[in-house]
Amino acid sequence: MEKFLLKYFNLIRAVIAILIGIIISVCIVYIISKEPGFSLKSLFLGPLLSKSRFGNFIETASPIIFCGLAIAIPFQAGQFNIGAEGALFIGAAVGTAFGVSTNMPAFLHIPLVLLVAGLTGAFWGFIPGFLKAKWNTSELVVSLMLNYVAYFIGLYLINFHFRDKAAGWLVSYKLPETAWLIQFVSGTRIHIGVIISLGFAVLVYYFLYHTTLGYEIRTSGFNIDFARFGGINVFKVIIIAQVIGGFIAAIGGMTEVMGIHRRFNWQISPGYGWDGVVVAIIGRNNPLLIILSSLFLAYLRVGGRILNLLSDIPAEMITIIQSIIILLITAEAFLAGWKYRITVREAKAKEVGHEPST
Amino acid sequence: MNPLLKSIFSPQFAFAIIRVTTPLLFAAIGVAISALSGSINIGLEGIMLISAFFGVIISAFTGSLVLALIGGILVGIGMGALLGYFHLKLKADIIIAAIALNMFASGITIFFLYIFTHDKGTSSSITSLVFPSLQIPIIKEIPILGEIISGHNVLTYFALISVALFYYLIYKTSLGLRIRAVGQNPDAAESVGVNINRIKLYSLLLSGFFGSFGGLYLSMGYVSWFSRDMTAGRGFIAIAAAALGGNFPLGTFLGALFFGIVNAIAIYIAPLGIPSEFINSMPYIVTVVALAIYSIRLSRKKKMLSKKEEI
Repeated sequence: MEKFLLKYFNLIRAVIAILIGIIISVCIVYIISKEPGFSLKSLFLGPLLSKSRFGNFIETASPIIFCGLAIAIPFQAGQFNIGAEGALFIGAAVGTAFGVSTNMPAFLHIPLVLLVAGLTGAFWGFIPGFLKAKWNTSELVVSLMLNYVAYFIGLYLINFHFRDKAAGWLVSYKLPETAWLIQFVSGTRIHIGVIISLGFAVLVYYFLYHTTLGYEIRTSGFNIDFARFGGINVFKVIIIAQVIGGFIAAIGGMTEVMGIHRRFNWQISPGYGWDGVVVAIIGRNNPLLIILSSLFLAYLRVGGRILNLLSDIPAEMITIIQSIIILLITAEAFLAGWKYRITVREAKAKEVGHEPST
Repeated sequence: MNPLLKSIFSPQFAFAIIRVTTPLLFAAIGVAISALSGSINIGLEGIMLISAFFGVIISAFTGSLVLALIGGILVGIGMGALLGYFHLKLKADIIIAAIALNMFASGITIFFLYIFTHDKGTSSSITSLVFPSLQIPIIKEIPILGEIISGHNVLTYFALISVALFYYLIYKTSLGLRIRAVGQNPDAAESVGVNINRIKLYSLLLSGFFGSFGGLYLSMGYVSWFSRDMTAGRGFIAIAAAALGGNFPLGTFLGALFFGIVNAIAIYIAPLGIPSEFINSMPYIVTVVALAIYSIRLSRKKKMLSKKEEI
């Protein structure tokens, strides 16, 4: 039992942090809501109570998975690039612009639109990556600034050049059907993009843990001097990690456009990039765990939205809860005393076991 | 003369620069103080947001400007303390912890905004107070200078005083000396008996203190209401401003002023038919370019120094 505790300590700690977050949310609901029982049911069971809500839950997870992967790769390389939000936004905007202004059969159109979006996002990752690798410019600040630049340029592109004036509100023209991702579960909007996101998670897992470049990325993140002395081209690694991150984030944004709305309809940044930071941290930058943490966050999100709709509690409660969970998970010393005591007990038990033989 | 140049060379334009620089300056001082101790605080966004919110709410419910000021400062310092607790005591990565606190601030302000006003956008449905503007007696009468310098919000003048306070604190007090020592060489500082964690905590508290004024100014001076996420990245621009100024008092001031000028230009050329999306992105693009130039110069300097050592 204790060995098990030690081995999975980080995981257990994450679960405890999540439990604390959930307990706090229950407390908030009890304090604020007039019908706490009903509110709690909406929050925690809401996403399961109808097919369309369950669909919402799965759809919501998809862009979060993409962004979690997009954040995790630079994080694994030790790069604090938090520009997934911007890459997603500008990638989707440029991809949409390309999609509505071209016409070709679906088997070409879909991959090309995705590619255009991805390359735009990759460029968005390249800027902070290059500046960091070449001159040690803070990728954190640069990627943050670029999020705003992406937002404004993306809006400009859509609102001034691709705006569908017939639509009545600020949205782009509708993508031609050849660029739609099929929704394959009736009664929901679950679309092919969900499957693509899972595919990417597996690919990224393989890439990080079973390829040379993945190894180089992880080594650079672990200890950049060690990596450099070991002959790894750190310059290349830093840039590539952020380029791939931008690429994946943009694909995430584009699949959302192609699969759900079929047109660009974001007037405020959707915030998936920040969710990506959250799920990457909860999932310890491991692509497979990121699938789980994204599902978890999406579930909470949809539960929060239902709660907001049916009761008197704003959905922002979820933002508060997720920030508390991140704080607890990143706090290295949180529960460290407990781990220490188990380790000591383990060691003592071993010592006792060895005594007769000496 | 072309209308753009005409409006840019007007005293109103200089006045606007000072107005938009104020929140950046407070935040940049907050960032610089934390950076000097070696633990850079990227949570100014959240600190300002939460102070802006509580200032408005407290002033609306108590009708007291003093209580709003004190409350706003206390929550700002509280955020600094929270960051310090998680970073220094619980060993969380300071960048991730600050990102989480920014999220926390964004969430909790909208949450309570809704609870208090049943509106998730702005607090305009409740009446809150603003800090008064000051007319400076004699300077007010001077033709152009008076128009530029007099008549600002009282917090704007405090922002300028804060630069001097920051200078005094860092160079003239023992705490300032310790903050610099901890930032430059923590091992050396520790060897002469400085408690590193305590000094870093103080610098984060100070960071929260200065940041809170930036927030209070935004919602109770710059405008007279709170709106969701109203800091709009100013806490992040402040990081760039402080970095540009090398975290020194005068440099930080000039860095903030630089971004203030860019912002003011963006506001002034907006009515000329240039899409506002472009203009709004300008300060952020300039930040990236300025940061890049700054780091290029820094890396050249480093290269030259290492060459000299080789010789």
